[in-house]
Amino acid sequence: MAQLTYRESVSLSIAQAMRKDPKVFFIGEDVGAAGGVFKATVGLLDEFGKDRVMDTPISEQAILGAAMGAAMAGLRPIAEIMFSDFLAVCWDIIANQIAKTRYMSDGQINIPLVIRTANGGGSKFGAQHSQSLENWSMMIPGLKVVAPSSPGDVLGLMNSAVNDPDPVIFYEHKSLYASKEELESTELSIPLGQANILHEGSDITIIGLALMAQRAKKAALELKEKHNINAKVLDLRTLVPLDLQSIKSAINETGLAMTVEENPRLCGWGAEISSLITEHCFSNLKGPVTRLTTPHVPLPSADILEDNTIPSVDVIVKEVIKKVKGE
Amino acid sequence: MVDITNDDIGESNRLALWEMMLKLRLVEKKAYDLFLQNLIKGTSHLALGQEAIAGAFGVSLQEGDYTFCTYRGHAHTLARGSSIEGVLGELMGRQCGLMKGKGGSMHLTDVDKGVMGSYAIIGAHLTIANGTALASKYNKTKEVSVCFFGDGTTNIGAFHEALNMAQIWKLPIVFVCENNLYMEYTPIGDVTAVENPAADRASAYNMEKIIVDGNDADEMYRTAQSAIKKARDGDGPSLIEAKTYRHSGHSRADPGKYRPDEEVKDWMENKDPITNYRKRLLEFNIDEKIISEIEDKVKQQVEDATEISKASPIPDVKEIFTDVWADGGYKWHN
Repeated sequence: MAQLTYRESVSLSIAQAMRKDPKVFFIGEDVGAAGGVFKATVGLLDEFGKDRVMDTPISEQAILGAAMGAAMAGLRPIAEIMFSDFLAVCWDIIANQIAKTRYMSDGQINIPLVIRTANGGGSKFGAQHSQSLENWSMMIPGLKVVAPSSPGDVLGLMNSAVNDPDPVIFYEHKSLYASKEELESTELSIPLGQANILHEGSDITIIGLALMAQRAKKAALELKEKHNINAKVLDLRTLVPLDLQSIKSAINETGLAMTVEENPRLCGWGAEISSLITEHCFSNLKGPVTRLTTPHVPLPSADILEDNTIPSVDVIVKEVIKKVKGE
Repeated sequence: MVDITNDDIGESNRLALWEMMLKLRLVEKKAYDLFLQNLIKGTSHLALGQEAIAGAFGVSLQEGDYTFCTYRGHAHTLARGSSIEGVLGELMGRQCGLMKGKGGSMHLTDVDKGVMGSYAIIGAHLTIANGTALASKYNKTKEVSVCFFGDGTTNIGAFHEALNMAQIWKLPIVFVCENNLYMEYTPIGDVTAVENPAADRASAYNMEKIIVDGNDADEMYRTAQSAIKKARDGDGPSLIEAKTYRHSGHSRADPGKYRPDEEVKDWMENKDPITNYRKRLLEFNIDEKIISEIEDKVKQQVEDATEISKASPIPDVKEIFTDVWADGGYKWHN
């Protein structure tokens, strides 16, 4: 048994990959000597040295370009983009180059790399350091999209991401870094594209990702204890590949569905999930799919503003009650 | 005047350069003809007039070395030894194309020949070329990465990020700026703070200022040799600015009317790399018969490859759904 935080799982998962495969190296801003601005990569430089743990200038395009080129030459880079918001400054390398080069080259080029990035709100960092951007990468063919919700999932999904032959964007949630989990083993492997039921229930299915999956689980516990509502919570874990079969069986069982998303409303990942549910589960639905998202605004900074923008446990509880009771 | 008593290049290298440049010239001309016959669709960016640059590197690089070029990359791809029908077939959208029609003119890729792709977003491939160079350094192997780009690239951020990173990590890479004086349609001098868009930035990255006549194949050859050697010896990156001129417009859609007639005439008539190199070969007392035989051979190769491309079938529609992922498919859900 070992108790690990989400942040410790990140550094352990990278170390595990680097111990197993000398082709794996790690590159990013302040990741080595400083151990990462979220202290999620402490100890890696000491264990693996400067040749395999590389501190870079503030040059996100050059970081991901170097990672891409190295992957094309047969290495297996893990690159960190400090905040997911910064993906915007290297989006060409991700969306045009990393995602499309395998296809355009008719499969001549493989790009096995992992882009790790700190994602999501809760830290009152304001609109440029708090976004949840899984949907940006989900809509680009050629990218796999992972967003773990627990320390164990970080370990298991990173293991699969590093060994995957395709590019993976690995969204770590900033507000989960301090979360803890008792793990029987730290040698874990969770296939990409396998959702996880965090709470069983038959009245409604709440579908979430990362922090929202954990809030949905808390909401489900409260709904059961105080309101006699049994909510099933499905943590998607990965958006691409998507575990559509688990979504279908959950919805066919409960007949009601709610997505809980941290992104603004328009084109959030839940829109695609909602569309798939309608397409595949229509005859079993007891009502329309509900999407809880942030309002369509940039994320504000002050406590009261941010807290009221991101779906909270209380809001999830309230919305589920309304939905299940048909109000 | 050339000094024929002091020949540091030698007849066999000169003939290799001659054959290479001719191939690049004749294939580009053929590509233009095939456009006019509507056998090539989409866009295309010809490197007519710039053959000495890709050509000199083509004859200087070794198997295993990596090259990266831009959307104006037919010549750079051929220069690594990719087949002519592979290039023309790709332009024509045929199965014999290097990527079976999935990439097109702007994305020619031939990994077996070290052609690690042609990149159509300005600046991106400088950062990616650093990656193959980093892999060589990481693996302690001796491949050299070469990255070709145009003058317009020197004003985009990725250029500066890539040069800095290459220098701090002392990567085995050669950056080659082909300054053809026009950033697409606009004179580069009108939009650049320095006179020499690449070379005048070199000092900012602790690199040597290297300017070369990109239309003189011998000068290009010498410059390529020394930069490649430096990279292979582990002495770090180079930035070369080769002055040149494109004979045609920016792309298929551009007749190039913004360039003064006198300027175009001067470059076409007095500074053409191929016309001038033929004279150079004769100055070095190379038998004209050998020169002509090479011309005939290359012409025939281009004609043969054109026929192969025309006869090659169009791709199967099923190709749309292949190779998004390493498993060969495109599925995103179970």
